[in-house]
Amino acid sequence: MKFHSFLIKYGEIGIKGKNRYMFEDALVRQIRYALKDVDGTFAVRKTHGRVYVDCEGEYDQEDAADALSRVFGIVGICPVVRLANAGFDQLKEDIIAYVAERYPEKNQTFKVESRRSNKHYPLNSMEINCALGEAILEAFPQMRVDVHTPDILLNVEIREEVYVYSEIIPGPGGMPVGTNGSAMLLLSGGIDSPVAGYMIAKRGVALEATYFHAPPYTSERAKEKVVDLAKLVARYAGPIRLHVVNFTDIQLYIYEKCPHEELTIIMRRYMMKIAEHFARKDGCLGLITGESIGQVASQTMQSLAATNAVCSLPVYRPLIGFDKREIVEISQKIDTYETSIQPFEDCCTIFVAKHPVTRPDLERIEKSERNLEEQIEELVKTAVETTEVIEIR
Amino acid sequence: MEVYLDNSATTRCYPEVGELVYKVMCRDYGNPSSMHRKGVEAEHYVKESKETLARLLKVNAKEIFFTSGGTESDNLALIGTARAARRSGNHLITSAIEHPAILNTMRHLEEEEGFRVTYLPVDANGQIKLEALREALCKETILVSVMYVNNEVGAVQPVEQAARIVKSYNPAILFHTDAVQGFGKYRIYPKRLGVDLLSASGHKIHGPKGIGFLYINERVKIIPIVYGGEQQKNIRSGTENVPGIAGIGLASKMIYRDLDMKVALMRELKEHFLGGVTKIPNTTIHGLTDENSAPHIISVGFAGVRSEVLLHALEEKGIYVSSGSACASNHPAVSGVLKGIGAAREYLDATLRFSMSEFTTKEEIDYTLETLYNCVPVLRKFTRR
Repeated sequence: MKFHSFLIKYGEIGIKGKNRYMFEDALVRQIRYALKDVDGTFAVRKTHGRVYVDCEGEYDQEDAADALSRVFGIVGICPVVRLANAGFDQLKEDIIAYVAERYPEKNQTFKVESRRSNKHYPLNSMEINCALGEAILEAFPQMRVDVHTPDILLNVEIREEVYVYSEIIPGPGGMPVGTNGSAMLLLSGGIDSPVAGYMIAKRGVALEATYFHAPPYTSERAKEKVVDLAKLVARYAGPIRLHVVNFTDIQLYIYEKCPHEELTIIMRRYMMKIAEHFARKDGCLGLITGESIGQVASQTMQSLAATNAVCSLPVYRPLIGFDKREIVEISQKIDTYETSIQPFEDCCTIFVAKHPVTRPDLERIEKSERNLEEQIEELVKTAVETTEVIEIR
Repeated sequence: MEVYLDNSATTRCYPEVGELVYKVMCRDYGNPSSMHRKGVEAEHYVKESKETLARLLKVNAKEIFFTSGGTESDNLALIGTARAARRSGNHLITSAIEHPAILNTMRHLEEEEGFRVTYLPVDANGQIKLEALREALCKETILVSVMYVNNEVGAVQPVEQAARIVKSYNPAILFHTDAVQGFGKYRIYPKRLGVDLLSASGHKIHGPKGIGFLYINERVKIIPIVYGGEQQKNIRSGTENVPGIAGIGLASKMIYRDLDMKVALMRELKEHFLGGVTKIPNTTIHGLTDENSAPHIISVGFAGVRSEVLLHALEEKGIYVSSGSACASNHPAVSGVLKGIGAAREYLDATLRFSMSEFTTKEEIDYTLETLYNCVPVLRKFTRR
């Protein structure tokens, strides 16, 4: 069946009072972004407190619905057939044709729900419901009316044109990206961090990302994989600025100067510092990590406290209470899992100790870090200056 | 400086071959099966390429069949002949150090089609034990497949002796050789060696990817593994890859031009590299270094350095090499070949393959040695504790 428009239903943004325009504008922007690579020409418009996507000419219906179902802020997408408003008799015929084509089995229950913006229309909403219901019953005697839990809820809206829709494709919910500032995601090649980014973006936060690589210990392919992950997250979150930091020299210096079992925790502290530097530079309001309590040595409560201590921006950890299984489920849903599990070594595992500290003591860690005083500032500065920025669009 | 020492993975195409492929794609693009002139024109390229290959191998042009590459040639050779000879027996023999295109095909025949497969062990030099071959042969044996040059350590296999053993046991047993690494480095005459089937690939000899061929002695019974329009005498259906076919023909012609001189040069460079690299303490050369090793492959173990890390460190300096073999290095499993030749444990995960071509220069080798002298000690300093 050929649909002419999508009616976009949005949830929370409808209740945000005076900010409503801001939210709707963001939604429109995100919808346009999501549709940019779909075959077809689309016009996004706000009218009567609603958002419509009008599809002009030939377009890929499936891809368009798919792209829209990734736009945060949308709770439902209704494919709409638009008809010329040519009198009630014509409308009856058109509705019968719609039902005939859309529901070839004709054995379902239905209910008609109509609205009219033109209050001079010869019939009121109640009368339209009845007359259209009668016409359908007459045309398809196997169909039954059920006003409480119909299989088909047939919406008919009479405006300058007539809009008919009877299906809601669920959207992802959340709020339009860009309505809640931006945050810096610490993106590794693993399963967790892309999911963390997705979850924060879902609340309307635009993303930037920082990735630490350690050539020659990590390969060009590991970096490619992270770029691929960023692209997958960007399908939901919109454009992402990805900072690729060469972490090798810092890592080797820590390895040389600090107790081996503290390597990971000290490394992570420097990663947070560098990510925070870029976050502040670009006006991000927080950091995002994929940490979950107790998952690995560097994610115990003590370790989290020790890494947290180096930054002053809030650190958001949306997966903090999730089990691995739950995280995997989301990563599969958002299609990052397959990419995440490609086997390339990341910089956290190359020199990892057999028994890293699981209950680091902040004072001791800070004492160990004093061994780094001679060169670390210079190394961090170099790492920041040589960072490669990749714009993911 | 960019130094490409991964020629056993793939090679740079000769520019002349690239131009020819382009010409056939864009100008002489006919389908050789078409009845009109455009088709005849395309057929000429196929014929000419076959004739070139036949001349180089001293075989008949009608014994050359084009495929999508070494892997398909190996699949066709093994599956096609095993199925055709099924009534004569169900025993196959190969070596433990074959390319995955052979090993996994054998495994398929073993697991899905009810054949029994013997995998011959190799000695410390990476060459199959002929004694084991003698013992493995039996009444049921229908096919033996031994590679010409091993792709990981460069060991040249005693194909001629092996074929002689097989044929004197029972001349009806077919002998196949995977010559993907040997074709273009050695003059190989299957009929004189007693080889019935021979696989080769275009992109290892400065030709295009996606093209290879299988020599099939005309007396061999073989049934196709792909079905379709019955091209190539119904042995390999599918419209011929004419640009690739033209390309592999020209590349073969070019690589065999002045072959002795090119090989001598590669040997010289190999000697030079071996002399230099063994100056680094705690390194070892896998397999042989004499005439029984391929002129272009050098497998070096660097104790205490993970091969992947050294590979990326060299990459940073513009030097491209493989760890183990490029085809097998996608999965982190340790090389079966290195284990097979009994390499010491500290080298299993610490071996790089350097593979040269006729384009490799002494300057490039010197630069590589210089880089290794700098990198290896640094990387050894930072290893997993």
